[in-house]
Amino acid sequence: MNDMKSMPDNTLNSPERRRFIGTATAAAGVALIPGVMLFEVAHGRPEDQAVSSAVRWGMLIDATRCATGCDDCVSACSTENGWTPVAESQHPRQAPQWIRKLELQDPLTQKETNLPMLCQHCGDAPCIDVCPTGASFRRADGIVLVNRHTCIGCRYCMMACPYKARSLVHEPLNDTQKPDVPRGVGCVEACTFCVQKLDRGDGTTACAEACTAAGNDAILFGDMNDPDSAIAKRLRELPTKEVRADLNLDLSVRYHGI
Amino acid sequence: MKRLLALGAAILTAAALAWAGSDDPAKTSGVPKPVITKAIKGEHCVEPNDFMRRNHMKVLLHQRDETVLDGIRTKKYSLKECINCHASEKTGSVAASKDDFCVSCHSYASVKIDCFDCHSTKPQGSMAMHPLNAETAHYAHKLAAQAHSKVSAEEMAGIAQ
Repeated sequence: MNDMKSMPDNTLNSPERRRFIGTATAAAGVALIPGVMLFEVAHGRPEDQAVSSAVRWGMLIDATRCATGCDDCVSACSTENGWTPVAESQHPRQAPQWIRKLELQDPLTQKETNLPMLCQHCGDAPCIDVCPTGASFRRADGIVLVNRHTCIGCRYCMMACPYKARSLVHEPLNDTQKPDVPRGVGCVEACTFCVQKLDRGDGTTACAEACTAAGNDAILFGDMNDPDSAIAKRLRELPTKEVRADLNLDLSVRYHGI
Repeated sequence: MKRLLALGAAILTAAALAWAGSDDPAKTSGVPKPVITKAIKGEHCVEPNDFMRRNHMKVLLHQRDETVLDGIRTKKYSLKECINCHASEKTGSVAASKDDFCVSCHSYASVKIDCFDCHSTKPQGSMAMHPLNAETAHYAHKLAAQAHSKVSAEEMAGIAQ
């Protein structure tokens, strides 16, 4: 059923076809029904249509622009998604963190590198392989998520993840969750690429917005499948790396300058 | 003498009837009836009340999988929209106090709700800030008039079947 559904979707939404439809309808829409077109463009896809693999969300992190001592991306994530910043937590060693700032130094050359580390949204994710209940899954648009309705909190995925990207919620949250971001005690969670923002049509994440607002522009977010998107263009120009590329996990987050 | 007997029988029958009447579980159970407060926003629910009372869990379950797995966030059966309309004016929540919309019925029916282990029980922003309040200020007098309508035992029995 899923195959039947996704196959025609893929052919319909090939980048060339989407671009053609985009320009054609944009021209028609401006002339005929500007209000409706604005809505369509802003949302990307109709509200009642499932996400498709025509889009692959991805992130490019330019470590050469990531500033020492700046953790705006981390605090923006915490504000958007409602997790308590680790410094404010009563149990910092257990506290969930969806994104964290790493400051590294090469012991030989003393070269310092800053970078944010988060869920890399692998194409072949180890967390999905090991999940005993199928709660870890990859959405058609490339976002790796935890379905909290089926998560039993066994933490196999946390052990399997090479990036230490996942956390378990140890403490009851006592109704402090954001309405758009359900979270709960006993479930594993991680970066969701701000899925609530993407489904709303924002097309970006809280961390990327914060990094741009701070003037660093180290985080670029977008659709890697769309050859005209800023991220796809930048990825074509810039030499980038996957962290632990040896694991061959087909990551959606790529780093420059590491 | 016969008259006296008849009178005695009548008194006994009346007493027996009164006793039987007082044994009616609806009157003596001591469980507080659910308080159903009319939603602040809108005239009616997305489906008729009877349907929603029996089937809200089914539509929510269906919607939940579509939203999590496929990113379909239509508003009609979304839990967030339930909360937007049914959050109590007093607590700003559907499950904070025992008279709030979800808790009231669920504690009467003795069915545990798991939704709010993870989901927020409050609409986005504070109640004062929420657009539904600006939109629905004109319902305030209606709310005051029919603030707490108790559900009849027959209605609840209908739900249980």
